[in-house]
Amino acid sequence: METTLPNSIAQDIARASFGSRLWNFFRYSRVFWAWLFLAPTIVTLLIVAGRPLLGTFILSFTDAQLLTLKEASFVGLKNYIAVLSDPDWWIAVRNTVTFSTASVVLETVLGLAIALVLNAEFRGRALLRAAVLIPWAIPTVISAKMWTWMYNDMYGVVNAAFLAFGWIDSPVAWLSSSDTAMAALIAVDVWKTTPFMALLILAGLQLISKDVYEAARIDSDSKARVFWSITLPLLKPTIVVAVIFRALDALRVFDLFYVLTGNKVDTGTVTIYARQRLMEFQEFGLGSAASVLIFLFIGAFTLVYLWLSRPKGEQA
Amino acid sequence: MRNRYTQTFLFSFSVLFSSSLATAAAKLTISCGSNGVERQICQSGIDAWSKKTGVPVAVFSSPNDSNDRLALYQQLLGAGSSDIDVYQIDVVWPGLLANQMLDLKTHFTPAELKAHIPGALANNQVGEKLVAIPWFTDGGVLYYRSDLLKKYGKKVPATWQELEATAKDILEKEKAAGNADLWGYVYQGRAYEGLTCNALEWIASFGGGQLFDASGKATFNNPQAVAALDWIGAQTGTIVPRGALSYSEEEARGTFQSGKAIFLRNWPYVWGLVQSDDSLVKGKVGMAALPTGKAGAPRASTLGGWSLAVSAYSKFPKEAADLVRYLTSAEEQKRRSIEGAFNPTRVALYDDAAILKKNPHLKELKPVFLSAVPRPAAQTGAKYNRFSADFWNAVHSVLSQNEKAAAALKKLEERVATYTQGGKG
Repeated sequence: METTLPNSIAQDIARASFGSRLWNFFRYSRVFWAWLFLAPTIVTLLIVAGRPLLGTFILSFTDAQLLTLKEASFVGLKNYIAVLSDPDWWIAVRNTVTFSTASVVLETVLGLAIALVLNAEFRGRALLRAAVLIPWAIPTVISAKMWTWMYNDMYGVVNAAFLAFGWIDSPVAWLSSSDTAMAALIAVDVWKTTPFMALLILAGLQLISKDVYEAARIDSDSKARVFWSITLPLLKPTIVVAVIFRALDALRVFDLFYVLTGNKVDTGTVTIYARQRLMEFQEFGLGSAASVLIFLFIGAFTLVYLWLSRPKGEQA
Repeated sequence: MRNRYTQTFLFSFSVLFSSSLATAAAKLTISCGSNGVERQICQSGIDAWSKKTGVPVAVFSSPNDSNDRLALYQQLLGAGSSDIDVYQIDVVWPGLLANQMLDLKTHFTPAELKAHIPGALANNQVGEKLVAIPWFTDGGVLYYRSDLLKKYGKKVPATWQELEATAKDILEKEKAAGNADLWGYVYQGRAYEGLTCNALEWIASFGGGQLFDASGKATFNNPQAVAALDWIGAQTGTIVPRGALSYSEEEARGTFQSGKAIFLRNWPYVWGLVQSDDSLVKGKVGMAALPTGKAGAPRASTLGGWSLAVSAYSKFPKEAADLVRYLTSAEEQKRRSIEGAFNPTRVALYDDAAILKKNPHLKELKPVFLSAVPRPAAQTGAKYNRFSADFWNAVHSVLSQNEKAAAALKKLEERVATYTQGGKG
């Protein structure tokens, strides 16, 4: 210590009492102040997120029922085994993954296309940018209800339009069989969330410096080459963040399925599965185990995704 | 100055004191209805009772969706809360809530209880305990297009087979005449509680019983039940539109009310709506009991409706029971029937001239309600919702023609056996 510190300061420290040494430590420690300022956030998070999460973890190891929460007893991993050996759970997992993959891929591609259009200079751009956001602004439950009527086989506008274009011969009951229902659900989600994607990507596009494009123009690169070599690589960080936002949302999807197809097993998602066990069957233990599995699944997905999409420099 | 302070002090003291007196006296909270007419009509009934007894009653606003309402009730009751004294409970909840409710047998005499529809009362009986008093009742009925039946010289079908034949015949002739959008029969086929109600009617009316026997043993896997579900499954795509598999009450009513179906299964509330001025089928509709599927089998209608129960945690059980007595009285049920079309649970009211004048269709509904079939809520108790979900999923797979009824019911039986008493025994 004495060798690294100037003599006078070392003597000051040595002379100081224990109390004032402690005070000096706090005064000059950036880490201490950082923690102090973060404390309110951390405490709030612990109360509103940590405590319920812990509660769910604990409940998932018990046989708790909604009406007799206090009489619950410890049952070990029984609930987890019950969920993992339930074929309905695996149907729900398959549906959730199918839905998330399809909707996020479509939303990213369409969102990118729309963002490129909206980034160009043209008359009425501001108006169009605002108009594009309308589907995103409608609460999901309302747009889901709206779409159930639009998909109706008797007087739904979807059937009327498809019949008029000659794409189908007779009205289709879109939500009645599981394959058309899944496609219909993905379509609603794409309709609703593409604007969000477009907005995020547009923000990323506007961060790209005009100089880069000018340099490309001087080198007279083709439009396609500009897109693949400049726009896309520079957009990558934005797209990575946008996709993770959307994927986390899609994996937790609930309202859309609940309104459009209800508690049906072959179009259920993991959140529908968990809610049904918790609230309708009152099996808090089982439902909590399903919720914990969803939490772990989404957590694992996030880690893998962030690891795979980390910037090139950090690889190898 | 000082005088004013003293006055203020004395005044606030007396306010505090009188309010503490008021808490010592009875004060009730009831959960009834949640919005619109239902709430208003409940409120005026409560006001009348309050005026008579001097006991103030607050109305608790509960969620409109009955699943959400149940979940909220269970959270309150699970915590032993005395916040709500009187609960309005659905016909399938007595088994779920029995332990949290007062036994009303101690507050009502057998003579008072005898006036109610026996099935509705029996439904609220869990073991030896009377969990709730019936308040208003409901049951599935058949609506038909009287103009089309008349045009083709058809009778109102008394059996499902007649319904099928009538529908096919009319459809063929109407389609030839260019009415391409018309369908034969619509019901509630979405995978939800409504499908359980519909399927129970099909099975019971084919002589397949009521899913469980009185001892709690699962009986739904039988040849008549298989015949019932296979029959209705075969109608999908012929007389039943495939879209009916995602209909709940309102979608089914919409199809019928816009003139696109000959027959509709729904609840009595539909009658007022299909006969309203903006209905496309106004004056062309009739109502009847649902058909039977087999000679000797009943014309089954699933029991619906709501009852009033008193919380076991209520601080004023005597007053609460008296409020229930008033609200379920003949006088009050008559008022509710006339003002809000809530169907009485008292048999005698179905012959009341004033009620029949306002609701003439109650004449036809009387036999339907009297013989209504309860869902197996008492037998399955706390597992009812789980059973119902498994049941409607099994039925839905038959309706969508993914599976034959025999296979679906066998699988259901194995599944249900893992969590019900009947399966173990």
